[in-house]
Amino acid sequence: MNEHELKVQQKQEVQHKGETTKREKYFIPAVDIFESEGEVTVVAEMPGVAAEGIDVTLEDDVLTIRGRKDEAELPGGRILLQEYETGNYQRRFTVAETIDQEKIKATVNNGMLRVVLPKTEPAKPKKIEVRTTEEE
Amino acid sequence: MAIIRFTERPGAANPWAEFERIRQGLDHLSRNFLARDDVHGHGTVFPALNVYEENETLTIKAELPGVKADNLDISFEGDTLTIKGKRDPYHNGEKVSYHRREIETGNFSRGVTLPIKIDADTIAAGMRNGVLTITMEKAASVKPRKVNVLAE
Repeated sequence: MNEHELKVQQKQEVQHKGETTKREKYFIPAVDIFESEGEVTVVAEMPGVAAEGIDVTLEDDVLTIRGRKDEAELPGGRILLQEYETGNYQRRFTVAETIDQEKIKATVNNGMLRVVLPKTEPAKPKKIEVRTTEEE
Repeated sequence: MAIIRFTERPGAANPWAEFERIRQGLDHLSRNFLARDDVHGHGTVFPALNVYEENETLTIKAELPGVKADNLDISFEGDTLTIKGKRDPYHNGEKVSYHRREIETGNFSRGVTLPIKIDADTIAAGMRNGVLTITMEKAASVKPRKVNVLAE
């Protein structure tokens, strides 16, 4: 599997509904999402984003991952060659599984964000008995 | 249905005219495509590089998320800098089912010819937040020299 030759994945910009006030670019990070018995894990590529710049929220079953680039990363000087653009990252997912909000964990290491979403115990079906009210 | 004699069909005078028209259309398409690619300057060899020049230094940057510093091999020969490496799959426990799989793993090798002579002893490389930064100083012969103007 390691024999695979890597290719450049062109960055795709997030399509906003409106315009942003700042002239910033938001890119869609490449992600892997996988599920095990107890949790759902999202791994996203966010090069140039430090831990402080990461923002993960889960609201109404929508998971939003956002990464703000580290301003210090930008070197000064004249650009001789520019093959990639830098910017912020943003992506949203609708999560179908029921997630325990309190136990979400996010870590970032070497430009890879990893969000672990533990699933909650499936609620036991509760049977409600229906009785006819007997007239007295 | 009207019957048209074979020789009177449009295009029959030059049966290749239609091919010529298609070819011109394709030429136009490919020219536009290439021109657009040129403006953005996107590279196709992994990793994509950004090169910056300052008065005395040259900086090369590459986004390599998930590549360990140990797995990188940077060498310099003649005027070509080569970046080689591999990205290992991350550990993901056992028994998982994938919903999405977009992150690739594998090998890469990229050579870049430096536009300016540099001092090979000053090359330094570092990884921070998944971004590789290689810095080097220009060779003494191409560093800008200040000329003092003497007032007479």
